[in-house]
Amino acid sequence: MTVDVKTTAGVSGIGQTGRILYDRESRETVGEPFVEGARMTCRGVNVYYGDKHAIKNVALDIGRNEVVAMIGPSGCGKSTFLRCLNRMNDTIDTCRVEGEITLDGMDIYGKEVDVVPLRAQVGMVFQKPNPFPKSIYDNVAYGPRIHGLAQNKVELDEIVETSLRKAGLWEEVKDLMTHPGTGLSGGQQQRLCIARTIAVSPEVILMDEPCSALDPIATSIIEDLIDELKQQFSIAIVTHSMQQASRVSQRTAYFHLGDLIEVGDTAQIFTTPRHQLTQDYITGRFG
Amino acid sequence: MISPYMIFAAILLLTSGAYVIGRKRAFAVAGDRAGLMQMHSRPTYYGLLTAMWCGIPALVIFSAWSVFESGIITQLVIAGMPDSIRDLPPDRLNLIVNDIKNLVSGNIVSAEMNQTLRAAADHYRQLQAISSAALTVVVLALIMIATTMIMRAISPSLRARNQVETIIKWILIACSTIAIFTTIGILLSVLFEAIRFFEKISLTEFLFGLKWSPQMAIREDQVGSSGAFGAIPVFAGTLMISAIAMVVAVPIGLMSAIYLSEYANRRFRAIAKPLMEILAGIPTVVYGFFAALTVAPMIRDTGLGLGLDVSSESALAAGLVMGIMIIPFVSSLSDDVINAVPQAMRDGAYGLGATQSETVKQVVLPAALPGIVGGVLLAVSRAIGETMIVVMAAGLAANLTANPLKTVTTVTVQIVTLLVGDQEFDSPKTLAAFALGLVLFIATLILNVIALHVVRKYREQYE
Repeated sequence: MTVDVKTTAGVSGIGQTGRILYDRESRETVGEPFVEGARMTCRGVNVYYGDKHAIKNVALDIGRNEVVAMIGPSGCGKSTFLRCLNRMNDTIDTCRVEGEITLDGMDIYGKEVDVVPLRAQVGMVFQKPNPFPKSIYDNVAYGPRIHGLAQNKVELDEIVETSLRKAGLWEEVKDLMTHPGTGLSGGQQQRLCIARTIAVSPEVILMDEPCSALDPIATSIIEDLIDELKQQFSIAIVTHSMQQASRVSQRTAYFHLGDLIEVGDTAQIFTTPRHQLTQDYITGRFG
Repeated sequence: MISPYMIFAAILLLTSGAYVIGRKRAFAVAGDRAGLMQMHSRPTYYGLLTAMWCGIPALVIFSAWSVFESGIITQLVIAGMPDSIRDLPPDRLNLIVNDIKNLVSGNIVSAEMNQTLRAAADHYRQLQAISSAALTVVVLALIMIATTMIMRAISPSLRARNQVETIIKWILIACSTIAIFTTIGILLSVLFEAIRFFEKISLTEFLFGLKWSPQMAIREDQVGSSGAFGAIPVFAGTLMISAIAMVVAVPIGLMSAIYLSEYANRRFRAIAKPLMEILAGIPTVVYGFFAALTVAPMIRDTGLGLGLDVSSESALAAGLVMGIMIIPFVSSLSDDVINAVPQAMRDGAYGLGATQSETVKQVVLPAALPGIVGGVLLAVSRAIGETMIVVMAAGLAANLTANPLKTVTTVTVQIVTLLVGDQEFDSPKTLAAFALGLVLFIATLILNVIALHVVRKYREQYE
């Protein structure tokens, strides 16, 4: 337990004893971050934005056919961590990622890895629905087209229909395929984005607060959808809503100021958290 | 004598004074803090309202007075002159009036000084003094009446804020209509002269004639007396030079915008963007002699080396240089609209595994298209209306040719040459300039309408 006074972050939180803790290299993770036969594994992941140490030595697995929820107060690094999993952070100039992240045993930050197929395997749904300013059909067909997944129009039609069905949107939009995707309601737009992601048949879907811009009804539709999607995909979801985390996920990871504080079964985390910080957060004492 | 400037300054001074006393009055009416809460508006608004009541009517009267003063005084002076002068034809009378005004302001007089003229000038001066005094009295009275009225009206129930805001709204409306009325004014001034031209030369001859040689004989037997006013060669020249300019500017400008906004790192961008915008700051005259002295000879020499017949003032030289001048318009505007495409669009595409090039081509550019088309159109109007470069580099001969190595001329060049120097404004030669201007105006307008339509139809809205 060394206190690093040189770090600029300063006060980093209240410790178990109520003592003010200073920013250290990293904190031990409580609980079990590893699972058998994981789809993705992360070991010793550190992320820096310029001088800022945003993710500190995080290790976490994402298993097959499970939903992992990442919770924590704003600015704790959960979105940053999520964006490491498909190398979306590459688009930010000042961002530097260290450590090892694997997908099916392959290091995704390896020299020979191309981010283009990686992002097709690890799809992403964003906080704000961001359909392209194109027709509904073209929105879903965009991924399959750039990756050449369809031989002809018939196959493409099929992919579009299946993806929209899986996203639970087909019945609502089947007669509106040529209408702009931006004309749909917020919840429909988000499901369109999910359909767009599914259309390239990823293995993992990352969701960055997918319901934060939606009303409760649209949210519950999307939550049901997430539950169904885990039959086929591994899902990592960042959420601000603890109710949502407890409803949709099997495992929950609690982040705090760049540290992964605690990981465990969702039921256990929300009923008997083992770390003081986790307990403080889920009981609403801060966050 | 009181000069108009002094009256104007006094109005401004009194207006600011009115603001202060209006505000004070509001405080006085309110009494205390509790009273202030009872007032409909904050004291500032009562001050502003008082200032507006004080200033606006006075300024209106003042400007109306300034506009009509000179005309009325002149009429009165003429009325007071002997019959022998009053019966002169209008143009002679005009000369005498000018002389009187010169005498009043102490300038050199063209005609011989005589008693009548001197008397008239004195009369003029006298009337001017009366007018100034009257104006001062009227304005001051108006200010006092208006201010007193509004000061009495200040009460907790006076809706000062709403009134101030209504007045400000009307001031804003007036400002925005100035641009519209100016456009209409320009259009009308060109239109009337053009109509005079079309009384002499038929519209069809002008629009569809293939020969442009704007000369009118002064005597019957003069050489080159046959004027030809077919505008096709001139418009063809404009079109060719603009097209060459756009061929240069659009790809280079657009691609540099794409590079700067999507690929370049921040440091390169910070240096390159201002440097490119310097291009826009170079005076067109400088571009003109760059075209005439550097580019045109270079093209001619290269052409001669290849065995081509290149004239020393080629459309190519003017078009190339004009294209370079326009690059910053296209690139700067495109860069702005590309940057305005939300990052979420790019994230969405990257998140599906699109490459950077696919993202730019299929997501960013379509979303930015309306803005890019807007920028290109602005550039087209610049190219069509550009004068200096073509005057210096494109030549005067109105050849109807599709060969960019030949000399052509443009609408703007012809307008300049027709109007430079002392011209007779009853000859078709001079009036042709207005006809050209009118057609150019209409052509640009149609272009803009078409472009607006295209943009609206193909726009991909991302909000």
